[in-house]
Amino acid sequence: MVSPASPLPSTTEPKAPPQWLQPLLMLAPAGVWLALLLVLPTLLIFQLSLVPGIRPGQVVNPSGLDNYWRIVQPDYFPVLTRSLFFSIGTTIACLVLGFPIAYWIALKVPKRWQNLVLLAFVLPLWTSSLLRTYAWITILRPTGVLNSILGKVGMPPLDLLNREPAVLIGMTYSLLPYMVLILYAALEKLDRRLLEAAADLGANPAQTFWRVTVPQSLTGIAAGSLLVFITSMGDFVNPEILGGASSMTVARLIYNQFLGATQNWGFGSALSMVLILVVSIAIALLLKYGDRSAAGGV
Amino acid sequence: MNSTSNRPLSWPWLSLIAIGLFGFMYFPILVLAFYSFNDSKYSTGWKGFTWKWYVAFLNDSRILTALANSLIVAFFAVGIAAVVGTLMAVGLARYRFPGKQVYQGTAYLPLIIPDIAIAVATLVFLAAIAIPVSGGLIQLSLGTVISAHVVFCLSYVAIVVSTRINDLNPHLEEAALDLGATPTQAFMQVLLPELMPAIVSGCLLAFVLSLDDFLIASFTAGGGSSTLPMEIFSRIRTGVKPDINALSVVLILSTGFLFAIAEYLRYRSERKRFS
Repeated sequence: MVSPASPLPSTTEPKAPPQWLQPLLMLAPAGVWLALLLVLPTLLIFQLSLVPGIRPGQVVNPSGLDNYWRIVQPDYFPVLTRSLFFSIGTTIACLVLGFPIAYWIALKVPKRWQNLVLLAFVLPLWTSSLLRTYAWITILRPTGVLNSILGKVGMPPLDLLNREPAVLIGMTYSLLPYMVLILYAALEKLDRRLLEAAADLGANPAQTFWRVTVPQSLTGIAAGSLLVFITSMGDFVNPEILGGASSMTVARLIYNQFLGATQNWGFGSALSMVLILVVSIAIALLLKYGDRSAAGGV
Repeated sequence: MNSTSNRPLSWPWLSLIAIGLFGFMYFPILVLAFYSFNDSKYSTGWKGFTWKWYVAFLNDSRILTALANSLIVAFFAVGIAAVVGTLMAVGLARYRFPGKQVYQGTAYLPLIIPDIAIAVATLVFLAAIAIPVSGGLIQLSLGTVISAHVVFCLSYVAIVVSTRINDLNPHLEEAALDLGATPTQAFMQVLLPELMPAIVSGCLLAFVLSLDDFLIASFTAGGGSSTLPMEIFSRIRTGVKPDINALSVVLILSTGFLFAIAEYLRYRSERKRFS
């Protein structure tokens, strides 16, 4: 296609402007923006996290790890464990619910309909997350839709709103589409001949599932779980709107240190650093024990 | 227990589960829509059809101002991110330089770091540069929301664009240069049209995420200007009224419409590529 007459320098060209100018023009704007509004701010909250009891406007004067020490005291440690409980619970729920639907779309729906069915499933993702969470109030409140349905079929009402089950339902609802998208991408590449071979060689459906399907889609399972775990760790909207006073999480506690009544920026910054740390540990674990390409998929 | 079946999970059960999960995904949205037409403020039962909640929110100047603010923020943030993010994606694909790994890692960090941490860090940073000059060098306003939104918008644009770059034929641009195009011409007339579908879908994704963002906006907007999610949040906190339902139905329909356009564009570009 291309005449090979002249040797091709693949990245640079011998024209007038100096060679460093073009990369600089392309990479500097984003670089400056990220440095100013992402890297520098993160370093600032790290510095602020070392100042106990700081309020807006006070002079930053780092004096130790008191804020971090405070997080592991009995007053606040349950908040951290509750956040982990919500995240792990949501991850398991999304995996258990997401696998069948991703499997169904990837292996049972005819090829040319797969994209459409997948899109239909994740379409609610494109609507306001606050409003989707708000819808669950209407469903779960004591006089809400769920209890009026339960009443009609003669079952006792459930009191879920403003308690932990409502938060788990809301988080699972918000994050299930992400899990399905990632699992579908993994299952769609599954080699169907292996499933047939396993059946031919006498494996029962359960054996085929656990020893062929699951190992083949392990990358997707790991990537999807990581994504759901880290997103739910930072979720503020679901616990705040559905969880009531009893479901304090790290994200809500951070919010309160800045925009709530408490106004303790140092403590809030320390909590943010812990949140970033937990997320980094999750990613590091995946990189260490999972396939490297799984993390690339997130 | 049919041993002749070679399917790991049998078909009818799986279909039932799938249908149930589709119901789970759409049930809340249907509930919202149902009550937006219900002629009663608090009742769970059906009290007759009405448009009044739609009229109520269309006459609500606070909601409309907040909607306008959100659209301004999304429009400018995505506009800036489209240019800066695309340049970054092309630059990262094309050049090697010391510290590239660090640059690349930082560029995609906003996809991973929780919103609340980004929000806190941005607020602290803005406070730090505002306080030394008393009276404030930078006022919290829509401008600060836009600059904070550009950070995550550019990551999303860049990641979508860079996937597309990986699929491109690398010789196209070389051919253009060989045939006498200047680097700028090659970029504008060869590379950019090829990347356009990815830029558009990256922008739509960023646009929807910017419209939906509650945390970063509420940490960076200051007192005067609220965005739509901030307004919705304060209303959910103070009490549930069906005009919010009406608003959600309108929003769901319009984002659904945006989504359909995005998918159509993607579909058309793929058709063109493979036919």
